[in-house]
Amino acid sequence: MPDPGHPAPVRAALVELTLVRLREFVREPEALFWVFGFPLLLALGLGIAFRNRPPESARVGVLRSVPAAVASSLDSATGLTAVPLEDDSAGASALRTADVALVVAPSAGGGIEYRFDPSRPDARMARLLADKAVQQGAGRHDAIPVAEATVRERGARYIDFFIPGLLGLNLMGSGIWSIAFAVVTARKQKLLKRLVATPMSRSQYLMSFLLARLFFLVLEVGVLVGFAALVFDVPVRGSFVTLGLICLVAALSFSAMGLLVASRARTVEAVSGLANLVMLPMWIFSGVFFSSANFPRVMQPFIQALPLTGTVDALRAIMLRGATLASVSGELLLLLAWLVVPFVIALRLFRWR
Amino acid sequence: MAASTPLISAGLALRVHGLRKTFGDVVAVAGLDLEVSPGECFGLLGPNGAGKTTTIEICEGLTQPDAGEVELLGRTWHDHGDDLRQRLGIQLQETQLSEKLTVQETLRLFRSFYRNGRDVGDVISLVQLDEKRRARVGTLSGGQKQRLALGCALVGDPELVFLDEPTTGLDPQARRQVWELIEELKATGRTILLTTHYMDEAERLCDQVAIVDHGRNIALGTPRQLIAGLGAEQIVAFAVEKQAAGRLDPQTLAAIATAIDATRPAHATDTGWELPVAALHLAIPALLAELDRRALPLAELRTHSPTLEDVFVSLTGRALRDA
Repeated sequence: MPDPGHPAPVRAALVELTLVRLREFVREPEALFWVFGFPLLLALGLGIAFRNRPPESARVGVLRSVPAAVASSLDSATGLTAVPLEDDSAGASALRTADVALVVAPSAGGGIEYRFDPSRPDARMARLLADKAVQQGAGRHDAIPVAEATVRERGARYIDFFIPGLLGLNLMGSGIWSIAFAVVTARKQKLLKRLVATPMSRSQYLMSFLLARLFFLVLEVGVLVGFAALVFDVPVRGSFVTLGLICLVAALSFSAMGLLVASRARTVEAVSGLANLVMLPMWIFSGVFFSSANFPRVMQPFIQALPLTGTVDALRAIMLRGATLASVSGELLLLLAWLVVPFVIALRLFRWR
Repeated sequence: MAASTPLISAGLALRVHGLRKTFGDVVAVAGLDLEVSPGECFGLLGPNGAGKTTTIEICEGLTQPDAGEVELLGRTWHDHGDDLRQRLGIQLQETQLSEKLTVQETLRLFRSFYRNGRDVGDVISLVQLDEKRRARVGTLSGGQKQRLALGCALVGDPELVFLDEPTTGLDPQARRQVWELIEELKATGRTILLTTHYMDEAERLCDQVAIVDHGRNIALGTPRQLIAGLGAEQIVAFAVEKQAAGRLDPQTLAAIATAIDATRPAHATDTGWELPVAALHLAIPALLAELDRRALPLAELRTHSPTLEDVFVSLTGRALRDA
C-alpha cells in the first residue's frame, strides 16, 4: 500500500524508459521464443543433421556371372559392401534406385566392366575402391608404400561453421525486429505523439532501445555460445572480449538499421515488409548457412559490404581461428559505418507522430 | 510575434489569435480566437470535424499552425518550448498506453519526464485506481484507461491542462467518474481547456464555452449566457404514432411551426421533432389542435428549457450530432 509519508522515488527518465523496454519484451512470450528458443532449435536441428558420422561404406553390386576370384576380392575389401545381384536387369534396377553406387559385370575376354554414373561422387569413389580391391586381389602391388593417419579437427565441422553464422543472424534479426516493431506500434497507438507531448528527451527515448538491446545481447550471445559449446563442443579460440566487442557493435548497427526501417512506417505491415526487404539479401548472401565465396566474383564487393557478412566473417575468425582484434579491424570499421550512417539518417527521417 | 501584443495577454493562461490550419484542401481551423483566464475551465464545444482537436493540438505544440498566434502562460512554443512542456498536462484523444505495463509503471514513466511533479501513489489515488495499481493496462476497462490517461496528464503537476474529448466512448457511470475528477482538478485552481461534443459535459464542467463550427468560433460565453441568448425560449418536443409518421412531411412541419408561432423551424431528434417557442401556454394548445385537425395521433409530448444543444441548433440550423 502507498505510504503517504514516503513518496515513491523518481528514477531518471532514461532508466524508466529502458525498464519499459525490458518489461515489454519480457512480457511478450512469443518474442522470447523467437529470440532465444528459435536459434537454439535451429542450431540443434542443423547440428544433428550435419553431425559427423563414420565414413560410409559404398555398396557395390556384383553380378553372379563375375569370375569367382573377383567376387571374393570384392567381398573381403574394406570400405565397400558387396551386394550379389542375379543378372543384368537386376543390376540396372539397383543402379536406377541408387541401391548400389556401382555394378561390377563380366566383360568379354575374362575382364570385368564397371557400370556407374560418373556424375555421382559416391559412384566415382566406389569405382576407385572396387578397382583397387580387384587389382590387389589379382596381385598388384603399390609402387610407393603409403601410410595413413586420420585427423578429426574440432572447428572444421559444419556446426562449427554454422554457429557463428547463426549468432550473426540472431543479432540482425532481434536488432531489427525488436526496434522496428516497438517503434511502429508506439507510433500507431499514438503513444509516440503522447510521449513527445511531455518533456521527455527524444534522444533518450531512442537510446533506451539501444540500452535494452545491450541487456538482451549478453543473454542472447551467452545462451547461444554456451549451448554450442556444451552440446556440440564448438570452440571459442579467440578472446571473449573481442567476441563481445564485435557482438556489441554488430547489435548496435543492426539496431540503428531497425530504427531506420521504422523511422517513417505507420503500420506493422509496412515495417514488416521493409524489414524483410532489408534482411533478405543478408540471409542469402552473407554466408550464414554456406560460404559467401560460392557467389560469383562480381557480386563479392556488394556481399562484403553487407553488415551481416562483416559480422559473420569476424565471428568465425574469432571463434574458429582465434583471430585478434587487429585482424578483424576491417569488419569492425565496416560495422561502425553501418552504425553511424543509418542512425544519422534515421534521426533525420524519424516521424514522431 | 510574442512581443507584439504583450499587454493583451497579461494575466491570461492561454491566448489564441487568428489561428488557421489547412490539411490539403480541408480547412480545419479558419481564423479562431480564444482567451482563457487562469483557473478557468474552458470548453471547446462543437461537432466532430469542427476543428476542435486541431485547435487543441496547436495549443499543445504538437501541430504547427499555418497562421496565428498562440501564447500559453505568457510564453510561446517558439521561445519557451521546453519550459512549457514541463508546465502542461496533456491528454490526447486516441493514445493507447502500453498494454503490457502496469498502472504504476506507466505513471512512474511519465513522472520521470518532469522535474517537479506529484507523487505517483497520490496520483493513483486521485484517479481512483488504487486497486488497479499493479494491474496491466491491457486489463483495464475503458473508463479506467481514461482515468489513467488523465493521471498521466496530471503527474507532472501542470498549471495548464488540455483534455481532448475526455469522456468520448465511455458509459454513463465512467463519464461521471471522469467529470468528478475534472471538478476536483478545477477546485485546485488549475486552468483547463477541454474539447467535447457533449452538451451536458460542457454545461456541467465549463466556466466558459466557445462553440466551434467549421473551424470558427461562432459563440462565446458562459453556458448560462449562451442559453439566455436564445431569449425566453422553451422547447416543445413531440412525436406522432409510428403509422402516421410518414405524413409528417416538411410542408406539414412548416405549417405546424407557423400555427404554434415557433421561433425557428422544426428539427429532428432521435424520437420525433423539436420546436422552440416563446410562449409555451399558447403553443401547446395550438399544437394539439393542429395535430388533431390533421388527424395525426400524438405519441409523445414533452417540454424542456433550452440547452447548449439548442444554442448550437439556433446558430447553425443543425443538430450537433448530425452536423
